[in-house]
Amino acid sequence: MNTVPHNGQHATVNTAPGKLAVGWALVGVPLAYGVYETLTRVAALFG
Amino acid sequence: MGFLDRDHTIAPPGFNRWLVPPAALAVHLCIGQAYATSVYKTALVKHFGASLTEIGVIFSIAIVMLGLSAAVMGTWVDRNGPRKAMFTSAMFWVGGFLIGSLGIFTRQLWLVYLGYGVVGGIGLGIGYISPVSTLIKWFPDRPGLATGMAIMGFGGGALIASPVSQALLKAYDPNSGAQGWVASGDAVGKLFLTLAVVYLVYMLFGAFTIKVPADGWRPAGFDPAKVKAAKLVTTENVSAKNAIKTRQFWLVWVALFCNVTAGIGILEQAAPMIQDFFRQTDGKSLVSAGVAAGFVGLLSIGNMAGRFAWSATSDLTGRKRIYMVYLGVGAVLYTILALAGSSTTILYVALAFVIISFYGGGFATVPAYLRDLFGTFQVGAIHGRLLTAWSAAGVAGPLIVNAFLDAQGKPGQLNAASYQPALLTMVALLVVGFVANLLVKPVDARFHEPRTDARHEPAMEA
Repeated sequence: MNTVPHNGQHATVNTAPGKLAVGWALVGVPLAYGVYETLTRVAALFG
Repeated sequence: MGFLDRDHTIAPPGFNRWLVPPAALAVHLCIGQAYATSVYKTALVKHFGASLTEIGVIFSIAIVMLGLSAAVMGTWVDRNGPRKAMFTSAMFWVGGFLIGSLGIFTRQLWLVYLGYGVVGGIGLGIGYISPVSTLIKWFPDRPGLATGMAIMGFGGGALIASPVSQALLKAYDPNSGAQGWVASGDAVGKLFLTLAVVYLVYMLFGAFTIKVPADGWRPAGFDPAKVKAAKLVTTENVSAKNAIKTRQFWLVWVALFCNVTAGIGILEQAAPMIQDFFRQTDGKSLVSAGVAAGFVGLLSIGNMAGRFAWSATSDLTGRKRIYMVYLGVGAVLYTILALAGSSTTILYVALAFVIISFYGGGFATVPAYLRDLFGTFQVGAIHGRLLTAWSAAGVAGPLIVNAFLDAQGKPGQLNAASYQPALLTMVALLVVGFVANLLVKPVDARFHEPRTDARHEPAMEA
């Protein structure tokens, strides 16, 4: 969701979708790795 | 260092607010490493020739410093904005690892206390609260979802740091293939240096990505009038100084303290507890050490998932109601765990998973609860002061459980019945927390800040 324009002195800058994707990938990939590694340990619980 | 000032972080029109959660997550994922210290605990015991307690003190100092620095620095964080706060947090957190590694390489344990414990602990406290008020301001329509995303990172940080640290310790220690291997101090020192570099990069990414909304900004389609309709959601503002004078602050403090104490009771004892619950009359447990480790992993996921899922749910149910679930349903589940938890492992695991998800949910929901009660003006500083409940629970939870278990017998001889006094004490605590939460009412108008404009927002702090 983009922001509602306001009366500040800044120029309008639309955030590039690529920047958004990179930002989320930087935190999402390690988090997914951590969850995967943990789930492999959890497998022993049901094995 | 003017580029760190709040004025330089005001978002231009068109800035996508969904860039803010990954910036916050970048910091919380790093400081969440604090819950992965068990990976090198044994290695440090061997390296320093110290006891488990002496090494455990490193973590305890860090958590106490977290609570203290969050309480003391909260107003500073609100005043200076998230970028300077995240940058400062990064310097302390990374500095803590560097000083700690020096202590390990030179075999001086006090340097590890000072580095990871004191210096790193200050980084933990500032880092934990740094993005919270900013997220609440970017997501006035979904504050629970926003803070849940960030605080989920604190739970998720350990999930990443734990396997990565194990892999690095093996890579840094040439004897890693030996039977009964324990990592060398040299390997732990190198691990600290590596984590310092990686965390510096990630936390600076967070610091230089985060932006605060301009004064008067609101999300497209968001109608503040709808928020105003909820009885416990204020459009007024209360300063941090006044907030701690209100009954509401201390009622929420008690609710958080009880919820965290009860959760820590299980988390602290997770692995031996599941083995003790299913100990047979011959003294052997039906649950192996490997399965118990899997159980601990499952609780970590429950803790992380609860932070996001329950906090996001609170946007729909309201904060007071979701806390009634954490504390009320939590008390019922705890009672079933104490009285019937040993009947089947599936029941035991399911109960513990939900209880720990409530524990995580309590952490993630509380910033939005504070926003509802005290407004956005100094919510970061108020949150910082509230985190003293966490520090207190960090001491009380293990004390309660260990004191009861010590009276019941020695480790390895305990069974499900041995845990009943401790668990039923936790039930009583949860009931106290439930009542405290039930008594929360809107804050009296005499504590409100004077209105400075039509939007009822006093001088903007982030």
